[in-house]
Amino acid sequence: MTQTLAGAAITDGDGVQTGGGVHRFPSDRPLRLESGASLAPLEVAYKTYGVLNADKSNAVLVCHALTGDQHAASIHPVTGKPGWWSRVIGPGLPLDPGRYFIICVNVIGGCMGSLGPSSINPETNKPYGLSFPVITIADMVRAQAMLIEALGVDTLFAVVGGSMGGMQVLQWAADYPEKLFSAVCIAAAPRHSAQNIAFHEVGRQAIMADPDWRGGAYEEQGVRPEKGLAVARMAAHITYLSEPALQRRFGRELQRDGLSWGFDADFQVESYLRHQGASFVDRFDANSYLYITRALDYFDLAGAHGGVLVEAFRRARNVRFCVLSFSSDWLYPTIESRDIVRALNAAGCRASFAEIETDKGHDAFFLDEPQLDLSLRGFFASAAQVRGLK
Amino acid sequence: MSTAREGSGREDFREILRLVRPGTRVLDVGCAEGELLELLAREKGVDGQGLEISPAGVSACLARGLAVVQGDADHDLDHFPTRAFDYAVLSDSLQQMRDPRHALAELLRIAERAVVSFPNFGHWRVRLALVTRGRMPETKALPQPWWSTPNIHLCTLRDFTALCEDLDLRIDACAALASGKPARAINPALPIENWRAETALFLLSRRGESKASGPAVAYDLLGEPETAPLKR
Repeated sequence: MTQTLAGAAITDGDGVQTGGGVHRFPSDRPLRLESGASLAPLEVAYKTYGVLNADKSNAVLVCHALTGDQHAASIHPVTGKPGWWSRVIGPGLPLDPGRYFIICVNVIGGCMGSLGPSSINPETNKPYGLSFPVITIADMVRAQAMLIEALGVDTLFAVVGGSMGGMQVLQWAADYPEKLFSAVCIAAAPRHSAQNIAFHEVGRQAIMADPDWRGGAYEEQGVRPEKGLAVARMAAHITYLSEPALQRRFGRELQRDGLSWGFDADFQVESYLRHQGASFVDRFDANSYLYITRALDYFDLAGAHGGVLVEAFRRARNVRFCVLSFSSDWLYPTIESRDIVRALNAAGCRASFAEIETDKGHDAFFLDEPQLDLSLRGFFASAAQVRGLK
Repeated sequence: MSTAREGSGREDFREILRLVRPGTRVLDVGCAEGELLELLAREKGVDGQGLEISPAGVSACLARGLAVVQGDADHDLDHFPTRAFDYAVLSDSLQQMRDPRHALAELLRIAERAVVSFPNFGHWRVRLALVTRGRMPETKALPQPWWSTPNIHLCTLRDFTALCEDLDLRIDACAALASGKPARAINPALPIENWRAETALFLLSRRGESKASGPAVAYDLLGEPETAPLKR
């Protein structure tokens, strides 16, 4: 794990310059956490697309969701699949690497190279496991800010993200407004609701109920709580879809002719969920799932500002905001985005807001949603014009 | 609101464009697809913000690069801070609001000045239709039948000036609009104008907050609008 900077760039098949790696901060620059603990030496894994321009005005930070990672627009090293936002980032797309220097950072607590519970604790030379400190969205953002600075980027043309990524966007606006020109928050909420926390608790309990979890020390014992993590994923995955979308795709269709009169996956929806669970465990760490869901549950932007959301955005008056929600998202419903927008308006921020009509549920921000593309394209194009980007 | 605005033609846009000072902040309530905001940005260097209820309108605004909030003027005006804008524009929509009085008061809380236009229910064609046919009028300015019109709070010129009086608002300018004809500056207090104006457009501000020496009512729309310098 040596210090890797954006200079180590390669050009991919589309002619896009990509870079990244793992940035290791010196031990005297720890990440100070909201809990009071600190992490050192801090390691942050990231990926870049495009080139930072001469006046360093074209950097865009893309924040990933709960189970995402830094491979936003390139082939995933574990799954071999295209990046999770390759519909939005790429030549001719709303975030064109020919125009912007796009940075995506694996959140701390994650399992794709940034410091997390599966990293080796330098004090014990064993994986952290549950000795990893509890982290928050603000901690994730602070680590990103440290990396951005290390990459020589003073201000971001835009910070953009969906779901947990959108919460990081809001946290950026609250903590580092002076570093932002624009901010795009998609399908997010200013706080985790009781229902959000409840679903996460189901997932965590599933993991911890797996005998292979071993109090979080599974790695050193050579096992993995795959069943528990898969169940956690299955439960969560339902919340990312909508009832109409599930009905349209699966209905009551059977896997085979006739019922099994047993507990095999008779229904296609069961088979689909099992597949989602099983493929998830190949690329995700169970303890990371615990830590990141916890960070989400602890997220309450208003709570951190005297209970008044407007106060979180008081310093962000110069930031251009775009807030987008999806009509069928019941995980972070439109009303949450509306609360954000009302607070932004009340704080005197320049904000756009649209609820995109779709039946695809929360996950619509990954999917083919022309209205989303149009909105992002229009927003970035006009912001770039104001910013003087070519 | 977008359909109503299409029906009103572009005379109100031209008039609004003339009234709004360059480089100001404008909130367009019911901005439809953002034509007016785009025009104001291009011709007057205005920093615009739209409020629009229809998803199609909001998408069109975003694609144009305009700042727009999807929302309902009946509920969402309350969330804008006081004096956030120099102008609030409510074009051909006042009669569609659930609470026009509250909306008008809100416009002039949010902005220094409000530009408000509405179809005049006192127009002679409206009166004639009601008197001769005994039916709810269907005119160029009010094309839909009573059972499908979005216009739930129609008023006459006289009703509107009375409401302004009641809310202690100052009428800085007033014009009569008719499709295909240039705007005509009018004195809204004259009874004849309540017969003649098909659509009326007002520039309003709060009383007692503008220059004391300024005229109570400035009807001269042919010159530059007589408005006090904006405090920004």
